Parts: sequence; structure tokens; C-alpha cells
Amino acid sequence: MTIADLWQPAYLIAAVLIILSIKWLNSPATARRGVQAGQIGMLCAVIGTLLRHEVVSFEWIALGLVLGAGIGAPLAYLMPMTALPQLTALSHAFGAFAAALVGTAEYYHKVPTGFPMAALVIETLLGYLTFTASIMAFGKLQELVPTRPMTYPGQNFVNLVLLGVAIVLGGWVTIGGAPVWAFPVFSGLSLLFGVLLILPIGGGDMPTVIALLNSYAGMAAAAMGFALNNKLLIIAGALNAASGFILSVIMCKAMNRSFTNVLFGAFGQVQAGAAAGKVDAKPVRSASAEDAASILAGSRKVIVVPGYGMAVAQAQHKIRELTDMLVKRGVDVQFAIHPVAGRMPGHMNVLLAEADIAYDRLHEMEEINSDFGEADVALVVGANDVVNPAARHDTASPIYGMPILDVDKAHTVMVIKRSLNPGFAGIDNELYYHDRTLMLFGDAKQFVADIVKELPKAA
Amino acid sequence: MSTEIELSIYVFLLAGFLGLELVQRVSPLLHTPLMSLTNAISAISVVGAILITGAGDATMLSKVLGVVAVTCSTINIVAGFLITDRMLKMFKKEKKEAK
Repeated sequence: MTIADLWQPAYLIAAVLIILSIKWLNSPATARRGVQAGQIGMLCAVIGTLLRHEVVSFEWIALGLVLGAGIGAPLAYLMPMTALPQLTALSHAFGAFAAALVGTAEYYHKVPTGFPMAALVIETLLGYLTFTASIMAFGKLQELVPTRPMTYPGQNFVNLVLLGVAIVLGGWVTIGGAPVWAFPVFSGLSLLFGVLLILPIGGGDMPTVIALLNSYAGMAAAAMGFALNNKLLIIAGALNAASGFILSVIMCKAMNRSFTNVLFGAFGQVQAGAAAGKVDAKPVRSASAEDAASILAGSRKVIVVPGYGMAVAQAQHKIRELTDMLVKRGVDVQFAIHPVAGRMPGHMNVLLAEADIAYDRLHEMEEINSDFGEADVALVVGANDVVNPAARHDTASPIYGMPILDVDKAHTVMVIKRSLNPGFAGIDNELYYHDRTLMLFGDAKQFVADIVKELPKAA
Repeated sequence: MSTEIELSIYVFLLAGFLGLELVQRVSPLLHTPLMSLTNAISAISVVGAILITGAGDATMLSKVLGVVAVTCSTINIVAGFLITDRMLKMFKKEKKEAK
């Protein structure tokens, strides 16, 4: 056995460490160990590959590794936590592009035949389409591209035909005898399909889409594993594909939508009509920061319901201050996190953790929904659709059937909101007209700061 | 079908099911770190990129494509792991105040 043969045990260790890294991520106590395991696993994979006797020249590889690390590190440290979804999308784009380029290089290097060729075609298709789709998702999240769904008549038909043509070309390339233009055209169509796939998807559906792209990136890596007959790539790719798939299913369930509906439904169009009918002025009860402070001071249990609006207003640090003050007064403060709060799965937890709110105060929907009945106050900050009771009973509502947080069961509901304008999805919220609801009109950050100021004066 | 391909398919299916089992156990609290971690792991394609770039019979085209692929997947790996760690550092448990 020579040094070059060490790549086999190195790959084995890498595979085990990668599996362990996901296993350890199941609880916050072991999660950081999980990241370390993943890092060492990846390092084993890279070193093992460099040892292989097929690899004879290193200058170009070293250049790539140094460049990549030089760009990747600042990217990870400079991005604010609210921009996590964008960063993830961008990172997917890079990974998928790499997979597609490897497929392309492999194709022109030595044309494989049979099964590896089929795998190579799948790898390239998924790689290119995930690349452009991720770039588009990045653009929509960063608001470089309009976030509203862009639709035109016959869109789904055009997309399906395009994908169909790409698949036929891919099949032709696989069987052999395809003309020279077949592979470049196939690649071009894959790239184009990625763009078209994201156009009709609205900003609100991005959590599902990012999770789905995560899954595609994994599939591309696994396909590369089949093409190169490399088990490590297959294992890591399959794990990743499974993970992305589960997360997108969770997101779909949380919005009561199906996959097809997310991808082809163009959410956001339908609502306009439904919302328009209900705009007639109904009485609402509003309250000042002073009133809010005295109610909060007199309560025993408060459940805070944060939404992405809180993060946009950068109110999370003020919320933390408020939490600390209330806890000091002996009030039980908990947080209820809806699965789609934020712009990607679990995003809200990270934003609250960044503001130093302990994770044992953060509860998922199923866990906390039964507690609203005994809560004195449900404080809704920047959330809208996820607390709309219409989802339970109004069959005409576009969000009907979506699981929601039962804030209306609390003794008093306080909603901090700029105005009565309907939210992101454009749906009116009957919660605001409830007789136990107090509307706190104003900027979330400023309003919470005012409550914090008034709280010591409250009895 | 050759046994080699058959074996690969077995590995794929087993790893896929293992992934489904493992990910279902991850608390929703950590879904964002999970995504960025798996995102870093998906850049395992760096292995393929290195093999293409460093091959003795590599053409200029495969070298150029390869080096771009190595760069891109390294960005993915480094950014993915660092951001995951940055996030996880922020998750703290309530300090039990002695009162």
C-alpha cells in the first residue's frame, strides 16, 4: 500500500464524519461539534483526493482553493443575519455551478458511455438549472429582481416544453451519435430553465424554493458520484438531497400548499380580488405605549409572536430588552415561532438568537399553540398572515387551511403594526377588528422602545 | 447492469433514507444552520473538480473549467461552514439566575 492508496480510507472517514455532522446538528448542545465534524470530513475528502495518483499537477488546484477560500470567508463574515437566505442562495449557486462545470469538463475530456453518461447528463442539467435558479432566488431576495411573481399566458406550457427539449437532447447525447451542438444547446436550455422556473415564484414562497434548490444541489452532487463512480459523492449528495427535500415539505405543509402549487401556482395574483371586498372601515381599538406597558406589567404570561416585519424594523434587540425587563418582574415570556416566519426555514430562530434571546424561550407552533389560552397577552410583532384566524374558517380566503398560531385565544392580543394596510400577501386580517385586540400603530422598533421606557413607571 | 452500478444505487438509496431519518430529528430551531451545513456538504463536488483539474491528460479546456469549479465549490464550502458556525455561536441557553 502506497500513500496514494490512502485516499480510500480518507474517503471512508469523510463519509462517516459527514453523516455524524448532520446527526449532531439535531440539538443545539452538540451542533457545533457537528460543524467541526463536517469541516474535518470535507478536509479528509480534499486531502484524500489530492493523494490520488490520478492527480498529478497541483498549481491550478491550489489557485482554485486559495481563491475560493479568499472569497468565501469574507462572504460568510460580512453578510448580516437578515441576509442569510440570500447568502444561502448565492452559495447554492456556486456549488451547483461547480457541479455543472465538472460535468461539462468531463464530457469534453473523455466522452463516457452508457450509465456514467446518463449520470453526467443529469448532473449537468441539475447543476446548470440550480445555478441560474439560485442566482434568480438571490436576486429576488436581495430585491434586485422584482419580488412579485412574473407571469405570462402559457408560462407553464413554455417551461415544460423547454425542459422537455432539454431532456430529449440529454437523452440523445447519452445514447450517442448526437451532433456537436447538442451538448451546448442542452446546457443553454438548462440554464434558461432555471431562470424561467423562478420568475413566477413570489417572495413569500422563497423559503420553500431555497430548500428545494438545496435538494437539487445535493442531487447534482450524487449524480456526479454516479458519473465518476465515487461513493463519497453519492453519500454526501444523497444526504443533502434528502435534507432539502424534507425542509421543503415542511415549508409546504406550513403554508398548506402543494409542491406543484408553489412551483406553478404564482401565489400573490389570486389574492388581490379576495382582499378588495373587505376594505370598508371597521372600528379598531388602538392603544398607546403607556397602555401597553401597564397591561404587560400586570400580566403573568406573555407570548411574543415575531414575524419578518420585526426583523425588517430591526426591533429584535428592543424585544430582548423588553423580555429581560418583564422576566425580571416575574412575567413568563415565551416566543411562538411559525415555521414560515422569516425568509428561510428556521430563519427567525437565528435572528432572535442573534439578539441574545435564549433558545429555550423559542417554541415551535405545535408546541406552544395550546398555551395561548392561558396567556394574558399575545404580542404580535411584524407577523400577519400566520396569525390570521381566517385561515381556520373562511373557505374563501387564499390562506384557508394554513396552520396558524392561535393568538386570538389569548386574553389580550396586541399587534404592533405600521398601519391597517394588508400585509405581504395582500390579505386583510380580521384579527385586527377583534374586540380583544389592541392595535399598537407605529414602527416596531420605536414602539417597543417606548414600551420599554414606560414599563418602569407602570405599577 | 454491472455490479458496480448496482452497488452505487444501493449506497445512494441507503444514504438517502439515512438522510431522511437524520434530518427529521433536527429541531426546527436549527433548520437554518442545517441548510447552510448541508449546503457546505453539497460542495463535495470539489472532489470531482480536483480530479478534473489535476488529471495528467487534462486539456486546456478541462483545466480552465476545472479551476473555476474548484474555486466555486471552495467558496461554497468555506462560506457554508463559517456561516453555520457563526450562527450556532449565537444560540445560547438561558443562564439560570440565582435569585
